[in-house]
Amino acid sequence: MRAVVTVTGSDKRGIIAKVSGFLFERNVNIEDISQTVLGEQFAMIMMVDTSDSSIDFSALALDLENMGKEIGMNIRLQHEAIFSAMHNV
Amino acid sequence: MFNKFDVLETIEMIEKEHLDIRTVTMGISLLSCIRATAKETAQAVRDTVLKKAEHLVKTAEDLSREFGIPIVNKRVSVTPVSLITAAFPAQSGLVARALDDAANELGIDFLGGYSALVHKGTADYEQTFLNTIPEVLAATVRLCSSVNVGSSRSGINMDAVSVMGGIVKETAALTANADGIGCAKLVVFCNAVEDNPFMAGAFHGTGEADTVVNVGVSGPGVVQHALKFVPEADLTDAAEVIKRTAFKITRAGQLVAKEAAKRLGARFGIVDLSLAPTPARGDSVAHILEELGLSVVGCHGTTAALAMLNDAVKKGGVMASSRVGGLSGAFIPVSEDIGMIESAAAGNITIDKLEAMTCVCSVGLDMIAIPGDTPASTISAIIADEAAIGMINNKTTAVRVIPAPNKKVGDEVSFGGLLGRAPVMPVHGGDSSKFIQRGGLIPAPIHSFKN
Repeated sequence: MRAVVTVTGSDKRGIIAKVSGFLFERNVNIEDISQTVLGEQFAMIMMVDTSDSSIDFSALALDLENMGKEIGMNIRLQHEAIFSAMHNV
Repeated sequence: MFNKFDVLETIEMIEKEHLDIRTVTMGISLLSCIRATAKETAQAVRDTVLKKAEHLVKTAEDLSREFGIPIVNKRVSVTPVSLITAAFPAQSGLVARALDDAANELGIDFLGGYSALVHKGTADYEQTFLNTIPEVLAATVRLCSSVNVGSSRSGINMDAVSVMGGIVKETAALTANADGIGCAKLVVFCNAVEDNPFMAGAFHGTGEADTVVNVGVSGPGVVQHALKFVPEADLTDAAEVIKRTAFKITRAGQLVAKEAAKRLGARFGIVDLSLAPTPARGDSVAHILEELGLSVVGCHGTTAALAMLNDAVKKGGVMASSRVGGLSGAFIPVSEDIGMIESAAAGNITIDKLEAMTCVCSVGLDMIAIPGDTPASTISAIIADEAAIGMINNKTTAVRVIPAPNKKVGDEVSFGGLLGRAPVMPVHGGDSSKFIQRGGLIPAPIHSFKN
Protein backbone atom coordinates (compact mmCIF):
# COMPACT_ATOMS: atom_id res chain seq x y z
CA MET A 1 0.00 0.00 0.00
CA ARG A 2 1.36 3.44 -0.91
CA ALA A 3 1.09 5.89 1.90
CA VAL A 4 2.29 9.30 2.95
CA VAL A 5 4.19 10.07 6.14
CA THR A 6 4.10 13.70 7.18
CA VAL A 7 6.21 15.11 9.97
CA THR A 8 5.42 18.64 11.09
CA GLY A 9 6.60 20.77 13.96
CA SER A 10 9.50 23.03 14.88
CA ASP A 11 12.76 22.14 13.17
CA LYS A 12 15.33 20.10 15.08
CA ARG A 13 18.24 17.84 14.32
CA GLY A 14 17.97 14.17 13.44
CA ILE A 15 14.31 14.00 12.45
CA ILE A 16 14.89 12.33 9.11
CA ALA A 17 17.31 9.85 10.66
CA LYS A 18 14.83 8.94 13.40
CA VAL A 19 11.85 8.48 11.14
CA SER A 20 13.68 6.65 8.39
CA GLY A 21 15.35 4.37 10.92
CA PHE A 22 11.98 3.62 12.45
CA LEU A 23 10.51 2.75 9.05
CA PHE A 24 13.54 0.63 8.10
CA GLU A 25 13.14 -1.46 11.25
CA ARG A 26 9.57 -2.23 10.21
CA ASN A 27 10.44 -3.04 6.62
CA VAL A 28 8.68 -0.01 5.17
CA ASN A 29 10.25 1.24 1.94
CA ILE A 30 10.80 4.97 1.48
CA GLU A 31 10.21 5.97 -2.15
CA ASP A 32 10.53 9.72 -1.98
CA ILE A 33 11.33 12.41 0.55
CA SER A 34 10.77 16.12 0.35
CA GLN A 35 10.96 18.73 3.01
CA THR A 36 10.07 22.33 3.38
CA VAL A 37 10.28 25.00 6.02
CA LEU A 38 7.30 27.30 6.41
CA GLY A 39 8.34 30.07 8.77
CA GLU A 40 9.67 28.20 11.78
CA GLN A 41 7.60 25.16 10.95
CA PHE A 42 9.35 22.18 9.53
CA ALA A 43 7.44 19.80 7.28
CA MET A 44 8.76 16.57 5.87
CA ILE A 45 6.76 14.44 3.49
CA MET A 46 7.68 10.87 2.69
CA MET A 47 6.08 8.62 0.12
CA VAL A 48 6.33 5.09 1.44
CA ASP A 49 5.31 1.59 0.47
CA THR A 50 3.91 -0.40 3.38
CA SER A 51 3.22 -3.63 1.44
CA ASP A 52 6.00 -5.55 3.21
CA SER A 53 5.59 -3.84 6.59
CA SER A 54 6.16 -6.13 9.55
CA ILE A 55 3.11 -4.69 11.36
CA ASP A 56 -0.33 -3.72 10.11
CA PHE A 57 -1.16 -0.24 8.87
CA SER A 58 -3.14 0.96 11.88
CA ALA A 59 -0.47 -0.18 14.32
CA LEU A 60 2.21 1.46 12.21
CA ALA A 61 0.27 4.73 12.16
CA LEU A 62 -0.18 4.62 15.92
CA ASP A 63 3.49 3.79 16.57
CA LEU A 64 4.59 6.67 14.35
CA GLU A 65 2.24 9.04 16.12
CA ASN A 66 3.61 7.98 19.49
CA MET A 67 7.20 8.30 18.35
CA GLY A 68 6.30 11.81 17.14
CA LYS A 69 5.09 12.69 20.60
CA GLU A 70 8.41 11.54 22.07
CA ILE A 71 10.39 13.87 19.81
CA GLY A 72 7.89 16.70 19.96
CA MET A 73 6.66 16.43 16.36
CA ASN A 74 3.34 15.58 14.71
CA ILE A 75 3.75 12.45 12.64
CA ARG A 76 0.95 11.07 10.51
CA LEU A 77 0.72 8.05 8.27
CA GLN A 78 -2.11 8.23 5.76
CA HIS A 79 -3.16 6.19 2.78
CA GLU A 80 -2.16 8.12 -0.35
CA ALA A 81 -5.72 7.78 -1.70
CA ILE A 82 -6.99 10.61 0.50
CA PHE A 83 -4.57 13.07 -1.15
CA SER A 84 -5.19 11.77 -4.66
CA ALA A 85 -8.93 12.08 -4.15
CA MET A 86 -8.84 15.59 -2.76
CA HIS A 87 -6.31 17.11 -5.13
CA ASN A 88 -6.94 15.45 -8.49
CA VAL A 89 -10.00 15.98 -10.68
CA MET B 1 -0.35 13.11 -8.64
CA PHE B 2 -0.33 15.52 -5.74
CA ASN B 3 2.52 17.71 -4.55
CA LYS B 4 3.80 18.50 -1.09
CA PHE B 5 1.65 21.59 -0.79
CA ASP B 6 -1.46 19.50 -1.46
CA VAL B 7 -0.40 17.15 1.32
CA LEU B 8 0.17 20.00 3.75
CA GLU B 9 -3.12 21.63 2.81
CA THR B 10 -5.02 18.45 3.65
CA ILE B 11 -3.18 18.07 6.96
CA GLU B 12 -3.95 21.69 7.85
CA MET B 13 -7.63 21.21 6.97
CA ILE B 14 -7.83 18.24 9.31
CA GLU B 15 -5.71 19.57 12.17
CA LYS B 16 -6.73 23.22 12.26
CA GLU B 17 -9.95 23.67 10.32
CA HIS B 18 -12.11 20.80 11.58
CA LEU B 19 -12.31 18.90 8.29
CA ASP B 20 -14.05 15.66 9.04
CA ILE B 21 -16.47 13.11 7.72
CA ARG B 22 -19.52 14.03 9.75
CA THR B 23 -21.32 10.75 9.47
CA VAL B 24 -21.18 7.31 7.94
CA THR B 25 -24.77 6.15 7.99
CA MET B 26 -25.84 2.63 7.08
CA GLY B 27 -29.34 2.42 5.67
CA ILE B 28 -31.03 -0.90 6.47
CA SER B 29 -34.32 -2.18 5.09
CA LEU B 30 -36.59 -3.67 7.76
CA LEU B 31 -39.31 -4.81 5.35
CA SER B 32 -38.23 -8.44 5.71
CA CYS B 33 -38.67 -8.21 9.51
CA ILE B 34 -42.47 -7.99 9.54
CA ARG B 35 -43.92 -10.89 11.54
CA ALA B 36 -47.35 -11.82 12.91
CA THR B 37 -46.86 -10.14 16.28
CA ALA B 38 -45.14 -7.03 17.56
CA LYS B 39 -42.88 -9.09 19.80
CA GLU B 40 -41.63 -11.31 17.00
CA THR B 41 -41.20 -8.28 14.73
CA ALA B 42 -39.18 -6.44 17.36
CA GLN B 43 -36.92 -9.47 17.74
CA ALA B 44 -36.41 -9.71 13.97
CA VAL B 45 -35.69 -5.97 13.77
CA ARG B 46 -33.10 -6.20 16.52
CA ASP B 47 -31.41 -9.24 14.95
CA THR B 48 -31.32 -7.63 11.51
CA VAL B 49 -29.84 -4.34 12.65
CA LEU B 50 -27.24 -6.03 14.84
CA LYS B 51 -26.20 -8.36 12.04
CA LYS B 52 -26.04 -5.82 9.21
CA ALA B 53 -24.33 -3.07 11.18
CA GLU B 54 -22.12 -5.39 13.22
CA HIS B 55 -18.89 -4.03 11.72
CA LEU B 56 -20.02 -0.45 11.11
CA VAL B 57 -18.18 1.19 13.99
CA LYS B 58 -14.98 -0.80 13.55
CA THR B 59 -14.92 -0.21 9.79
CA ALA B 60 -15.38 3.52 10.26
CA GLU B 61 -12.61 3.59 12.85
CA ASP B 62 -10.28 1.63 10.57
CA LEU B 63 -10.96 4.00 7.67
CA SER B 64 -10.45 7.00 9.90
CA ARG B 65 -7.00 5.71 10.86
CA GLU B 66 -5.97 4.70 7.35
CA PHE B 67 -6.97 7.94 5.68
CA GLY B 68 -6.09 10.06 8.68
CA ILE B 69 -9.40 11.89 8.65
CA PRO B 70 -11.81 11.91 11.61
CA ILE B 71 -15.15 10.16 11.12
CA VAL B 72 -17.27 11.77 13.80
CA ASN B 73 -20.50 9.77 13.80
CA LYS B 74 -21.51 6.25 12.92
CA ARG B 75 -25.23 5.87 12.45
CA VAL B 76 -27.97 3.66 11.14
CA SER B 77 -31.18 4.57 9.36
CA VAL B 78 -34.04 2.12 8.91
CA THR B 79 -37.28 1.73 6.97
CA PRO B 80 -39.97 4.01 8.44
CA VAL B 81 -41.14 2.00 11.44
CA SER B 82 -44.81 2.91 10.86
CA LEU B 83 -44.70 0.59 7.83
CA ILE B 84 -43.22 -2.27 9.83
CA THR B 85 -45.79 -2.04 12.63
CA ALA B 86 -48.83 -1.25 10.47
CA ALA B 87 -50.68 -4.35 11.74
CA PHE B 88 -50.10 -3.48 15.42
CA PRO B 89 -49.37 0.26 15.52
CA ALA B 90 -50.17 0.69 19.22
CA GLN B 91 -47.27 -1.66 20.01
CA SER B 92 -44.73 0.25 17.91
CA GLY B 93 -42.89 1.03 21.13
CA LEU B 94 -41.65 -2.57 21.25
CA VAL B 95 -39.85 -2.08 17.96
CA ALA B 96 -38.61 1.32 19.16
CA ARG B 97 -37.00 -0.25 22.21
CA ALA B 98 -35.47 -3.03 20.09
CA LEU B 99 -33.91 -0.40 17.83
CA ASP B 100 -32.63 1.68 20.72
CA ASP B 101 -31.11 -1.40 22.35
CA ALA B 102 -29.47 -2.40 19.07
CA ALA B 103 -28.04 1.12 18.64
CA ASN B 104 -26.64 0.98 22.14
CA GLU B 105 -25.12 -2.44 21.59
CA LEU B 106 -23.52 -1.37 18.29
CA GLY B 107 -21.99 1.72 19.89
CA ILE B 108 -23.50 4.09 17.31
CA ASP B 109 -24.66 7.55 18.36
CA PHE B 110 -28.07 7.75 16.69
CA LEU B 111 -30.48 5.51 14.82
CA GLY B 112 -33.10 7.17 12.64
CA GLY B 113 -36.34 5.91 11.20
CA TYR B 114 -39.06 6.01 13.84
CA SER B 115 -40.89 7.69 11.03
CA ALA B 116 -44.13 8.02 9.13
CA LEU B 117 -44.79 9.36 5.65
CA VAL B 118 -48.21 11.01 5.75
CA HIS B 119 -47.83 13.73 3.12
CA LYS B 120 -51.02 12.88 1.27
CA GLY B 121 -53.11 11.53 4.08
CA THR B 122 -52.85 9.83 7.44
CA ALA B 123 -53.93 6.19 7.54
CA ASP B 124 -55.49 4.91 10.77
CA TYR B 125 -52.41 2.89 11.64
CA GLU B 126 -50.26 5.97 11.05
CA GLN B 127 -52.42 8.09 13.33
CA THR B 128 -51.96 5.54 16.10
CA PHE B 129 -48.23 5.44 15.35
CA LEU B 130 -47.88 9.24 15.55
CA ASN B 131 -49.43 9.19 19.01
CA THR B 132 -46.68 6.85 20.23
CA ILE B 133 -43.86 9.27 19.31
CA PRO B 134 -43.70 11.36 22.53
CA GLU B 135 -43.48 8.36 24.84
CA VAL B 136 -41.01 6.59 22.59
CA LEU B 137 -38.70 9.61 22.42
CA ALA B 138 -38.88 9.99 26.18
CA ALA B 139 -38.12 6.32 26.79
CA THR B 140 -35.27 5.91 24.30
CA VAL B 141 -31.88 7.58 23.99
CA ARG B 142 -30.54 7.09 20.49
CA LEU B 143 -33.68 6.67 18.44
CA CYS B 144 -34.73 9.56 16.17
CA SER B 145 -38.11 10.23 14.67
CA SER B 146 -39.32 12.08 11.59
CA VAL B 147 -42.68 12.67 9.96
CA ASN B 148 -43.20 13.83 6.39
CA VAL B 149 -46.31 16.02 6.24
CA GLY B 150 -46.11 17.44 2.74
CA SER B 151 -44.57 17.27 -0.71
CA SER B 152 -44.46 19.33 -3.87
CA ARG B 153 -46.25 16.49 -5.61
CA SER B 154 -49.08 15.96 -3.13
CA GLY B 155 -49.56 19.18 -1.18
CA ILE B 156 -49.56 19.56 2.60
CA ASN B 157 -51.50 17.27 4.91
CA MET B 158 -52.80 19.92 7.32
CA ASP B 159 -54.50 17.32 9.52
CA ALA B 160 -51.06 15.85 10.17
CA VAL B 161 -49.58 19.33 10.62
CA SER B 162 -52.21 19.98 13.28
CA VAL B 163 -51.42 16.71 15.05
CA MET B 164 -47.67 17.31 14.96
CA GLY B 165 -47.92 20.61 16.84
CA GLY B 166 -49.39 18.65 19.74
CA ILE B 167 -46.87 15.82 19.39
CA VAL B 168 -43.97 18.28 19.61
CA LYS B 169 -45.47 19.85 22.75
CA GLU B 170 -46.10 16.50 24.38
CA THR B 171 -42.59 15.31 23.56
CA ALA B 172 -41.18 18.42 25.24
CA ALA B 173 -43.38 17.85 28.29
CA LEU B 174 -42.30 14.21 28.68
CA THR B 175 -38.64 15.19 28.52
CA ALA B 176 -39.04 18.39 30.56
CA ASN B 177 -36.31 17.33 32.99
CA ALA B 178 -33.78 17.64 30.16
CA ASP B 179 -34.95 20.91 28.57
CA GLY B 180 -37.28 19.03 26.19
CA ILE B 181 -34.46 17.07 24.55
CA GLY B 182 -36.97 14.67 23.00
CA CYS B 183 -37.79 17.42 20.48
CA ALA B 184 -34.16 17.47 19.34
CA LYS B 185 -34.80 13.93 18.08
CA LEU B 186 -37.98 14.79 16.15
CA VAL B 187 -38.16 16.42 12.71
CA VAL B 188 -41.25 17.35 10.71
CA PHE B 189 -40.48 17.39 6.99
CA CYS B 190 -41.85 18.51 3.69
CA ASN B 191 -40.27 16.68 0.73
CA ALA B 192 -38.32 14.30 2.99
CA VAL B 193 -35.58 12.41 1.18
CA GLU B 194 -35.03 8.66 1.33
CA ASP B 195 -31.25 8.68 1.59
CA ASN B 196 -30.47 11.38 4.16
CA PRO B 197 -27.51 10.37 6.36
CA PHE B 198 -28.06 13.19 8.88
CA MET B 199 -30.03 13.06 12.10
CA ALA B 200 -32.61 13.44 13.35
CA GLY B 201 -34.27 13.12 9.95
CA ALA B 202 -32.61 10.01 8.53
CA PHE B 203 -34.72 7.06 7.41
CA HIS B 204 -34.16 4.34 4.83
CA GLY B 205 -36.65 4.82 2.01
CA THR B 206 -38.65 1.97 0.54
CA GLY B 207 -37.15 2.72 -2.86
CA GLU B 208 -33.68 1.90 -1.56
CA ALA B 209 -31.66 -1.31 -1.81
CA ASP B 210 -31.42 -3.68 1.18
CA THR B 211 -28.34 -2.14 2.77
CA VAL B 212 -26.59 1.04 1.69
CA VAL B 213 -23.91 3.34 3.02
CA ASN B 214 -24.55 7.08 2.86
CA VAL B 215 -21.96 9.61 3.92
CA GLY B 216 -22.34 13.18 5.08
CA VAL B 217 -19.30 15.42 4.81
CA SER B 218 -18.57 18.58 6.68
CA GLY B 219 -16.13 21.45 6.71
CA PRO B 220 -17.48 24.93 7.45
CA GLY B 221 -14.11 25.78 9.00
CA VAL B 222 -12.29 24.81 5.82
CA VAL B 223 -14.51 27.06 3.69
CA GLN B 224 -14.16 29.95 6.12
CA HIS B 225 -10.38 29.55 6.14
CA ALA B 226 -10.22 29.49 2.32
CA LEU B 227 -12.23 32.72 2.17
CA LYS B 228 -9.84 34.41 4.60
CA PHE B 229 -7.21 34.34 1.82
CA VAL B 230 -9.40 36.37 -0.55
CA PRO B 231 -10.71 39.23 1.60
CA GLU B 232 -11.00 41.60 -1.36
CA ALA B 233 -12.39 39.14 -3.91
CA ASP B 234 -15.72 39.97 -5.53
CA LEU B 235 -18.54 37.51 -4.97
CA THR B 236 -17.98 35.71 -8.28
CA ASP B 237 -14.45 34.89 -7.22
CA ALA B 238 -15.54 34.10 -3.65
CA ALA B 239 -18.08 31.61 -5.03
CA GLU B 240 -15.30 30.02 -7.03
CA VAL B 241 -13.19 29.59 -3.89
CA ILE B 242 -16.13 27.95 -2.11
CA LYS B 243 -16.70 25.63 -5.07
CA ARG B 244 -13.11 24.47 -5.15
CA THR B 245 -13.09 23.89 -1.41
CA ALA B 246 -16.38 21.99 -1.51
CA PHE B 247 -14.90 19.80 -4.25
CA LYS B 248 -12.00 18.76 -2.04
CA ILE B 249 -14.18 18.15 1.00
CA THR B 250 -16.63 16.06 -0.98
CA ARG B 251 -13.88 13.99 -2.59
CA ALA B 252 -12.81 12.89 0.87
CA GLY B 253 -16.43 11.88 1.55
CA GLN B 254 -16.70 9.99 -1.71
CA LEU B 255 -13.53 8.06 -0.97
CA VAL B 256 -14.71 7.06 2.50
CA ALA B 257 -18.23 6.21 1.29
CA LYS B 258 -17.05 3.88 -1.46
CA GLU B 259 -14.49 2.15 0.71
CA ALA B 260 -16.91 1.80 3.65
CA ALA B 261 -19.58 0.30 1.39
CA LYS B 262 -17.09 -2.18 -0.04
CA ARG B 263 -15.86 -3.34 3.36
CA LEU B 264 -19.35 -3.56 4.83
CA GLY B 265 -20.75 -5.52 1.91
CA ALA B 266 -23.31 -2.81 1.25
CA ARG B 267 -24.08 -0.58 -1.68
CA PHE B 268 -22.56 2.86 -1.91
CA GLY B 269 -25.63 5.09 -1.60
CA ILE B 270 -24.86 8.77 -1.78
CA VAL B 271 -22.62 11.52 -0.54
CA ASP B 272 -24.53 14.35 1.10
CA LEU B 273 -22.85 17.60 0.03
CA SER B 274 -23.25 19.32 3.30
CA LEU B 275 -21.71 22.02 5.40
CA ALA B 276 -22.67 20.82 8.84
CA PRO B 277 -21.58 23.01 11.73
CA THR B 278 -20.82 22.01 15.31
CA PRO B 279 -20.85 24.17 18.42
CA ALA B 280 -17.01 24.22 18.32
CA ARG B 281 -15.37 27.50 17.40
CA GLY B 282 -14.02 27.41 13.85
CA ASP B 283 -16.75 25.04 12.66
CA SER B 284 -19.55 27.50 11.98
CA VAL B 285 -21.65 28.17 8.88
CA ALA B 286 -22.64 31.54 10.38
CA HIS B 287 -18.99 32.55 10.44
CA ILE B 288 -18.63 31.80 6.73
CA LEU B 289 -21.42 34.29 6.05
CA GLU B 290 -19.67 36.82 8.26
CA GLU B 291 -16.39 36.15 6.44
CA LEU B 292 -18.19 37.21 3.25
CA GLY B 293 -18.70 40.65 4.75
CA LEU B 294 -21.69 40.58 7.09
CA SER B 295 -21.04 42.09 10.51
CA VAL B 296 -23.26 39.49 12.12
CA VAL B 297 -25.33 36.62 10.79
CA GLY B 298 -28.96 37.70 10.62
CA CYS B 299 -28.38 41.19 9.27
CA HIS B 300 -29.70 42.19 5.85
CA GLY B 301 -27.73 40.39 3.17
CA THR B 302 -27.66 37.12 5.10
CA THR B 303 -30.13 35.41 2.77
CA ALA B 304 -28.18 36.40 -0.34
CA ALA B 305 -24.86 35.29 1.15
CA LEU B 306 -26.36 31.96 2.20
CA ALA B 307 -27.90 31.43 -1.25
CA MET B 308 -24.51 31.90 -2.85
CA LEU B 309 -22.77 29.66 -0.33
CA ASN B 310 -25.33 26.90 -0.70
CA ASP B 311 -25.19 26.93 -4.49
CA ALA B 312 -21.40 27.01 -4.62
CA VAL B 313 -21.18 24.06 -2.21
CA LYS B 314 -23.47 22.04 -4.48
CA LYS B 315 -21.61 22.96 -7.66
CA GLY B 316 -18.26 21.96 -6.20
CA GLY B 317 -19.65 18.84 -4.61
CA VAL B 318 -21.56 17.51 -7.60
CA MET B 319 -18.37 17.37 -9.61
CA ALA B 320 -16.62 15.49 -6.82
CA SER B 321 -19.04 12.63 -6.27
CA SER B 322 -20.56 10.04 -8.58
CA ARG B 323 -23.76 9.89 -6.53
CA VAL B 324 -25.10 12.86 -4.68
CA GLY B 325 -28.18 12.95 -2.49
CA GLY B 326 -29.50 13.45 0.99
CA LEU B 327 -30.12 17.02 2.03
CA SER B 328 -27.04 18.50 0.34
CA GLY B 329 -26.40 22.11 1.26
CA ALA B 330 -25.47 24.32 4.17
CA PHE B 331 -27.18 23.57 7.47
CA ILE B 332 -28.25 26.38 9.75
CA PRO B 333 -29.17 24.74 13.06
CA VAL B 334 -29.16 27.41 15.75
CA SER B 335 -28.01 25.37 18.75
CA GLU B 336 -25.30 23.53 16.81
CA ASP B 337 -23.45 26.55 15.41
CA ILE B 338 -21.48 28.90 17.65
CA GLY B 339 -22.03 31.85 15.30
CA MET B 340 -25.78 31.25 15.30
CA ILE B 341 -25.90 30.80 19.07
CA GLU B 342 -24.11 34.09 19.67
CA SER B 343 -26.17 35.98 17.11
CA ALA B 344 -29.42 34.63 18.54
CA ALA B 345 -28.36 35.37 22.11
CA ALA B 346 -27.64 38.98 21.13
CA GLY B 347 -31.00 39.24 19.36
CA ASN B 348 -29.41 39.71 15.95
CA ILE B 349 -31.13 36.80 14.28
CA THR B 350 -34.86 36.20 14.49
CA ILE B 351 -37.08 33.28 13.62
CA ASP B 352 -38.37 35.31 10.65
CA LYS B 353 -34.89 35.73 9.23
CA LEU B 354 -34.19 32.05 9.79
CA GLU B 355 -37.38 31.23 7.90
CA ALA B 356 -36.22 33.40 4.99
CA MET B 357 -32.85 31.66 5.03
CA THR B 358 -34.52 28.26 4.75
CA CYS B 359 -35.84 29.33 1.33
CA VAL B 360 -32.33 29.21 -0.08
CA CYS B 361 -30.47 26.53 1.84
CA SER B 362 -30.62 22.98 3.00
CA VAL B 363 -33.47 21.95 5.28
CA GLY B 364 -35.25 24.36 7.59
CA LEU B 365 -35.92 25.77 11.04
CA ASP B 366 -33.51 23.58 12.90
CA MET B 367 -32.71 23.24 16.59
CA ILE B 368 -34.49 26.41 17.62
CA ALA B 369 -35.63 26.78 21.21
CA ILE B 370 -38.92 28.64 21.62
CA PRO B 371 -40.85 29.53 24.79
CA GLY B 372 -42.35 26.55 26.62
CA ASP B 373 -45.81 28.12 26.65
CA THR B 374 -45.99 28.39 22.85
CA PRO B 375 -49.40 26.95 21.90
CA ALA B 376 -49.48 23.70 19.89
CA SER B 377 -51.40 25.52 17.16
CA THR B 378 -48.55 28.03 16.79
CA ILE B 379 -46.04 25.19 16.41
CA SER B 380 -48.33 23.65 13.79
CA ALA B 381 -48.44 27.01 12.02
CA ILE B 382 -44.64 27.23 12.05
CA ILE B 383 -44.57 23.75 10.50
CA ALA B 384 -47.17 24.79 7.90
CA ASP B 385 -45.16 27.87 6.89
CA GLU B 386 -42.00 25.84 6.50
CA ALA B 387 -43.79 23.06 4.60
CA ALA B 388 -45.25 25.68 2.25
CA ILE B 389 -41.76 26.98 1.46
CA GLY B 390 -40.65 23.44 0.67
CA MET B 391 -43.73 22.57 -1.35
CA ILE B 392 -43.67 25.65 -3.55
CA ASN B 393 -39.90 25.66 -4.05
CA ASN B 394 -39.46 21.92 -4.68
CA LYS B 395 -37.00 21.55 -1.84
CA THR B 396 -36.76 19.75 1.45
CA THR B 397 -37.76 21.82 4.44
CA ALA B 398 -38.09 20.76 8.03
CA VAL B 399 -38.95 21.97 11.49
CA ARG B 400 -37.10 20.87 14.59
CA VAL B 401 -38.13 23.30 17.31
CA ILE B 402 -37.92 22.77 21.04
CA PRO B 403 -40.68 24.43 23.09
CA ALA B 404 -38.46 24.48 26.16
CA PRO B 405 -40.56 23.54 29.20
CA ASN B 406 -40.88 26.33 31.78
CA LYS B 407 -38.51 28.57 29.85
CA LYS B 408 -39.13 31.98 28.37
CA VAL B 409 -37.39 34.33 25.95
CA GLY B 410 -33.88 35.10 27.20
CA ASP B 411 -33.42 31.74 28.95
CA GLU B 412 -31.16 29.13 27.47
CA VAL B 413 -31.46 25.40 26.88
CA SER B 414 -28.43 23.16 26.86
CA PHE B 415 -28.28 19.66 25.41
CA GLY B 416 -24.52 19.16 25.37
CA GLY B 417 -22.34 17.51 22.73
CA LEU B 418 -23.14 18.06 19.07
CA LEU B 419 -26.68 19.20 19.92
CA GLY B 420 -25.23 22.25 21.64
CA ARG B 421 -27.18 24.99 23.39
CA ALA B 422 -29.70 27.57 22.29
CA PRO B 423 -31.16 30.80 23.61
CA VAL B 424 -34.96 30.72 23.72
CA MET B 425 -36.17 32.82 20.77
CA PRO B 426 -39.46 34.69 20.56
CA VAL B 427 -42.26 33.56 18.26
CA HIS B 428 -45.11 35.73 17.00
CA GLY B 429 -47.98 36.22 19.39
CA GLY B 430 -51.01 36.16 17.08
CA ASP B 431 -53.41 33.23 17.10
CA SER B 432 -53.18 30.70 14.25
CA SER B 433 -55.51 28.14 15.80
CA LYS B 434 -58.56 28.69 13.55
CA PHE B 435 -56.40 28.25 10.45
CA ILE B 436 -54.82 25.06 11.83
CA GLN B 437 -58.17 23.64 13.00
CA ARG B 438 -59.54 23.79 9.47
CA GLY B 439 -57.42 20.75 8.58
CA GLY B 440 -57.70 19.15 5.16
CA LEU B 441 -55.04 19.18 2.49
CA ILE B 442 -53.42 22.25 1.01
CA PRO B 443 -53.58 21.25 -2.65
CA ALA B 444 -50.38 20.56 -4.56
CA PRO B 445 -49.12 23.58 -6.48
CA ILE B 446 -49.87 23.95 -10.16
CA HIS B 447 -46.25 23.25 -11.10
CA SER B 448 -46.51 19.78 -9.58
CA PHE B 449 -48.36 18.52 -12.66
CA LYS B 450 -45.40 17.64 -14.77
CA ASN B 451 -46.43 14.37 -16.39
